[in-house]
Amino acid sequence: MARGKMIAIPFALSVLGSVWFAAAYALHAGPQFEGLGLFVALAGLALGIVLWAQFAMPHEQVVDVRDTYPSLQNERLAAERALEYGADELGRRGFLETFAIAAIGALGIAALFPLRSLGPAFGAGMYQTKWRRGARLVSADGVVIRSDDLAVGSMLTVFPEGNVGDASSQTVLLRVPPNVLQVAAGRKDWSPQGYVAFSKVCTHAGCPVGLYRASAYELLCPCHQSVFDVTKAALPISGPAARALPQLPLQIAADGSLEARSDYTEPIGPGFWERA
Amino acid sequence: MIRRLVLALDDRLGTAHFMRKALRKAFPDHWSFMLGEVALYCFIVLLATGTYLGFFFDASSQPLTYNGSYAALHGTVMSAAYASVVRLSLETRAGLLLRQIHHWAALVFVCAITVHMCRVFFTGAFRRPRELNWIVGLILLILALGAGFTGYSLPDDLLSGTGLRIAYSVLISVPLVGRDLAFLFFGGNFPATQTIPRLFFAHVLILPALLVGVMTLHLAMIWRQKHTQFRAPGRTEYNVVGSPLWPNYAMKSIGLLFAVAAILTALGAFFQINPIWLYGPYQPANVSAPAQPDWYIGWLEGALRLGPAWSWQIFGHTIPAPFFAGVLLPGAFFALLFVWPFLERRITRDGTSHQLLDHPSDVPWRTGVGAAVLAFAIVLTFAGGDDVLAKIVGISVEALAALFRVLLVVLPLLVGLLAFEFAREIGIRRNASPTPDTRLVISRTAAGGFVEQPLENETPQ
Repeated sequence: MARGKMIAIPFALSVLGSVWFAAAYALHAGPQFEGLGLFVALAGLALGIVLWAQFAMPHEQVVDVRDTYPSLQNERLAAERALEYGADELGRRGFLETFAIAAIGALGIAALFPLRSLGPAFGAGMYQTKWRRGARLVSADGVVIRSDDLAVGSMLTVFPEGNVGDASSQTVLLRVPPNVLQVAAGRKDWSPQGYVAFSKVCTHAGCPVGLYRASAYELLCPCHQSVFDVTKAALPISGPAARALPQLPLQIAADGSLEARSDYTEPIGPGFWERA
Repeated sequence: MIRRLVLALDDRLGTAHFMRKALRKAFPDHWSFMLGEVALYCFIVLLATGTYLGFFFDASSQPLTYNGSYAALHGTVMSAAYASVVRLSLETRAGLLLRQIHHWAALVFVCAITVHMCRVFFTGAFRRPRELNWIVGLILLILALGAGFTGYSLPDDLLSGTGLRIAYSVLISVPLVGRDLAFLFFGGNFPATQTIPRLFFAHVLILPALLVGVMTLHLAMIWRQKHTQFRAPGRTEYNVVGSPLWPNYAMKSIGLLFAVAAILTALGAFFQINPIWLYGPYQPANVSAPAQPDWYIGWLEGALRLGPAWSWQIFGHTIPAPFFAGVLLPGAFFALLFVWPFLERRITRDGTSHQLLDHPSDVPWRTGVGAAVLAFAIVLTFAGGDDVLAKIVGISVEALAALFRVLLVVLPLLVGLLAFEFAREIGIRRNASPTPDTRLVISRTAAGGFVEQPLENETPQ
């Protein structure tokens, strides 16, 4: 067969590919079969065209002459003068120019104002969570946690009752042997019976601090591998986090359920300029 | 037919002169000149597939309870956005194929731009008179990264939601304006219900429109300035030698378009990507480990992981850690790229126009700097997967991160120096004048001895 006629083969295959694709679509054949047809249709076209260009077309080379620039000196001067002429004309009435610029500037600034509607009250929701004094701790299923529910060494994600799933209020509840906790001065009553709770929002980039090495009492963030020491009020000991996870003060109610003593005492999550 | 078309156009628009010149325009042939075209053709595939996907996507954070065909998610509360992507993937015919082609095309798009940029860098194609187009190209890269990240985030799945959370944290870390900018972009404190609709608007209108506009500018400047070319006999600073646009170059380029589309289709058909129904919907308190972003965000992820654990308190204000690794570092990186043509002109004191390209070995120091910067970015990219690597290698993530911090300094220096030496060596060999003719004629004398004589004084036998 002549070379020219051989090149028709990929085009013919391409037609078959298109038919295959249409059939695969009609028969609900799934992405692999649909994709195979589409692939053959496109690849056949590609191959046919490239072979055509390569083997059935004269290979000619053309030579273009480049425009030379910079342009000739008199052209450049003329362009400069044309621009200057207009600018001079505008400048002759300097006060008009000033007013026109003021008008455009004012319009530009005024046009920025509607942008403010894009963001509600700046910073709203960054300083408080849904935790309140007496808010009971519930699991992600909404079940109230009681003081005998967690074995020592276990960890659970909790929310304030009525706000399950709230992003800012997500908290890790851990139970550790009370004697391993190095309790800071102001936090004596925050960890009854070895229960400690920390904000689950990483202080580095905001990921949920979801991994717990119970043997070492370490919380890990899976995103950037910051490690927090639970025994030292979640102080970062490794990785890019620079601040401890805020601690949620806990207490045990008369009926044995765990509840918050208050909201977090500092903004949770990653740092920002306005944060003291 | 052709005659009538040409005449009809010329009657009305006077196009004959332009047409004659344009159709015979010279396009230099070199494989590396196709890289930018690959990017362009990925973009065309992205527009075609994305237009289809857009009809099925529901840009809403409205929660709903899933009851579609995928049993594993039955009863799960999810956003309407996530549910619509699951439906598109698992119930709409050809939906998954086109979604996967779209995702692969996005990955190859950014890759082609990056490799194209490396070609332009290492051959000095950014030099005068093409500094402006280098800057325009960089803007295209940034737009492509933005289009990629917004698209990746649209399905509102657990993986991309975590990525958005990190992006938000990086944005609020910017001194003075960060928090307010984040509220303007995201529509409130994360996770805000406004975020998905805004990402959608940016992804399907603002960014593609900008990409089309800036790409047009990029190509218009190439058209005006004509292509660069490598040194070869007959090629000078004042001409361009290559295939004519019509028909040779046009055929090859259209062939490339279909080839790119075919490869992306094969990837989309046979290589699963971003199976969001397996990740589950985004829930702020959940996260999967290990979590890796698309490849082009890897270096930023790596920077955040290796970044210093600094939180600076200044006059009652905070500059948190993500600012240094997530804002300053990439900012400095892009700033360096933007000023490079001008920086190099300062260093070399060479302000003349260049239409002939450098071979990377012609300017070893530039090649060294480029290789070092690439090594830096690659180390960061690998650091972005340090948890996965730690598992494979079998050492702790902490130790691996420490190792990466060392490599981040050592490897670029080493790679840069090696590339410099290597380029210099190749340059010396390439530029050495052809070895003088040292062939000898050895002839036997009548006395039985041997005489050596240079070839040109060849004696008759």
